[in-house]
Amino acid sequence: MSNMVGDFGTTGNVSRLSLLATFSIATGNAPPLTRARDLPGFGGSTSFVHRSTSPIPSSGRPSIVPRVGLFIPCYIDQMYPDVGFATVEVLERLGVTVEFPEAQTCCGQPMANTGCTEAAAPLARRFVEIFEPYDAVVCPSGSCVAMVRAHYHEYFHHDPRYDALRPKVFELCEYLVDVLKVDKLPVRFPHKVGLHQSCHGLRELRLGSSSETIVAPFNKAKQLLELIDGLELVDPARPDECCGFGGTFAVSEEAVSCLMGHDRIADHLQAGAEVMTATDMSCLMHLDGLIRRDKQPLRCMHIAELLAGRPV
Amino acid sequence: MTGHPTRAAEFIALPQRAAWHDQSLWFVRAKRDKAAKAIPEWESLRDAAAAIKAHTVANLADYLEEFERNAKKLGAVVHWARDAAEHNAIVLKILSDHNVKRVVKSKSMLTEECHLNPHLEAAGIEVVDTDLGERIVQLANERPSHIVLPCIHKKKEEIGELFHEHLGTDAGASDPQYLTEAARGHLRDRFLKAGAGLTGVNFAIAETGGFVVCTNEGNADLGVSLPPIHIACMGIEKLIPKAAELGVFLRLLARSATGQAITTYSSHFHGPRAGCELHIVLVDNGRSTVLGQDDFRRSLNCIRCGACMNTCPVYRRSGGHSYNATVPGPIGSILEPARDPAKHASLPHACSLCGSCSDVCPVKINIHEQLLIWRRELVKKGLLPLTKRWAMSIGSAVLQRPWLYQMVGGMGRMALKLLPRFLVYSRLNPWGKQRELPTPPKQSFRDQFKARHGK
Ligand code: SF4
Repeated sequence: MSNMVGDFGTTGNVSRLSLLATFSIATGNAPPLTRARDLPGFGGSTSFVHRSTSPIPSSGRPSIVPRVGLFIPCYIDQMYPDVGFATVEVLERLGVTVEFPEAQTCCGQPMANTGCTEAAAPLARRFVEIFEPYDAVVCPSGSCVAMVRAHYHEYFHHDPRYDALRPKVFELCEYLVDVLKVDKLPVRFPHKVGLHQSCHGLRELRLGSSSETIVAPFNKAKQLLELIDGLELVDPARPDECCGFGGTFAVSEEAVSCLMGHDRIADHLQAGAEVMTATDMSCLMHLDGLIRRDKQPLRCMHIAELLAGRPV
Repeated sequence: MTGHPTRAAEFIALPQRAAWHDQSLWFVRAKRDKAAKAIPEWESLRDAAAAIKAHTVANLADYLEEFERNAKKLGAVVHWARDAAEHNAIVLKILSDHNVKRVVKSKSMLTEECHLNPHLEAAGIEVVDTDLGERIVQLANERPSHIVLPCIHKKKEEIGELFHEHLGTDAGASDPQYLTEAARGHLRDRFLKAGAGLTGVNFAIAETGGFVVCTNEGNADLGVSLPPIHIACMGIEKLIPKAAELGVFLRLLARSATGQAITTYSSHFHGPRAGCELHIVLVDNGRSTVLGQDDFRRSLNCIRCGACMNTCPVYRRSGGHSYNATVPGPIGSILEPARDPAKHASLPHACSLCGSCSDVCPVKINIHEQLLIWRRELVKKGLLPLTKRWAMSIGSAVLQRPWLYQMVGGMGRMALKLLPRFLVYSRLNPWGKQRELPTPPKQSFRDQFKARHGK
């Protein structure tokens, strides 16, 4: 029995010691383990909002007029200008005047998501330079805001300019809900609508609770859609499955991407949706492309268009 | 390059296969949701599990030594393997020293990772996987397509055919009950003849020197209760400090894996049975390298529950074999490139970055962020195709110059409008294979905004 206690394998003590040495070196060099990635927690970063810059105090009129910069993602600028105008209209109706800094182009997400951080870095730097003068930056894309808020750290290691800008960059719905505290919308949209939960807004900005997490359910986009007169929200069977756009994924994994999109469309159709909406036009561009090719009876509209009262 | 996209497209091209696979796994995900919702403190459990793992990994050397001490006190023999080759050599030596010719093995992803079976088989030792799913893929000469549900890619008719061929079941029979009974009879014989039983380890406890193996079929228990030798192979990250912490993980594991409250068998092993031998093989095989990497250290938290696979919209539609890896799916797309970046370069891109895996993971691994970081690593290693890298550099150069961006954007919109359909939707445009492109507007937002605001 005695030979059963102790090493008698082929490797013996040498590899055991070197193994332990590796650990010690590895752990010795390691910075703190639980490095928080600074993803905005549940409820987004509302706590950072300066109350003094809130454009709509209880009186209903702005006290101090904040400078709000409009960030229009490049593909919306080029292909979906009306989503930009719908955003402007929604904000203006609520008493917010927006400026559109013309030097802006793109947040750099396509490069970053391909791993080309060197190509993304100058775009990230430009973004911060262009938008830092504003009190708030509003953008009708959860994905692009997530790029800025959740993924810019890599380009700005503790740069105070970025740290100051970061909590001031908002996706449109969260700006309306968290900052403007919108509780009515004077628009009508008498249609059955399926809300597609764009992933980056949902899981990186926490615009809503995801179906995986066991928390009290909330959803900022839904909260706003429920304010629209006549709008009936339908419930797809899978509440927040990805549409399969995923940037270059849409092209590099064409087969999977399109199948994912087809499945989302089928789910919204079976739920009775006439219109599919989302906080990201990129998801809708992909879905709309499939819908039009297959001649499905479904329209895609960005949530800003619904909030602005655009007809179908 | 035949990477993930090609294999995924092949899987999708099989009639109805992807839809069926997707629905089977979504069913498991839905069961997990229900089980998790039944626990109000679910999110705190996840936090606790992540914290325990982070602490253990930060003090791994100490805990490993504590485990070794205590396991030896219980009468186990502890072996240390730096890599797969050492692991395989150790197992083979134990078996040859005892002249063992037949081995039964319960599920162990580690032995898959080390390719133990072919190594033993080459030495003339028969290895029988006793987990039903694993036995099926073993008979089919395939690798598991899922870490918890190894043959989830197979329909019962295919299993019927396989059993007809190998176990002599009736031709055309596909009743699961009948097939399971047949497998049982076949396996019972192997259990009785085995000279040693191999198992994996789900959790090893430093303070006691004991370990826990979770199965639903009881095959691990039978496999180590009959033969006189038990060899337990474990990755060094399987350790937890205290027995009291086990509850956190057992509650998370089964619920995340299959939606069960607990696995049917959670068997605790404390030293060998009287007159028998227990060998524990501690395997590094790249884990200490990952431990030294800030960006990837948290991947060592993984308890191999498979929840990230069940939730992954890409995995569900492309099948486990499309990953061509021991561990497929989201976590596999982090672990496998760490072992062989060139071979697995397409895996970090087999992901739409939806983040569902990170939210479902019971030990809170930031899976989708690590996949993104892997993409950056692939660029650094020169493993992103040049065309893509150039496209991104050119894109960046354009986007850094608003005038150029406006010009290119305008030209693009114009081209879309003017070019004939057959050119736009050519084979060079994967977007257009199943999708229309957006209808380009006359003017960009910025042009119209300027016009409207008179600037
Ligand atoms: S990464 Fe998380 S979800 Fe995936 S198998 Fe490991 S523990 Fe389970």
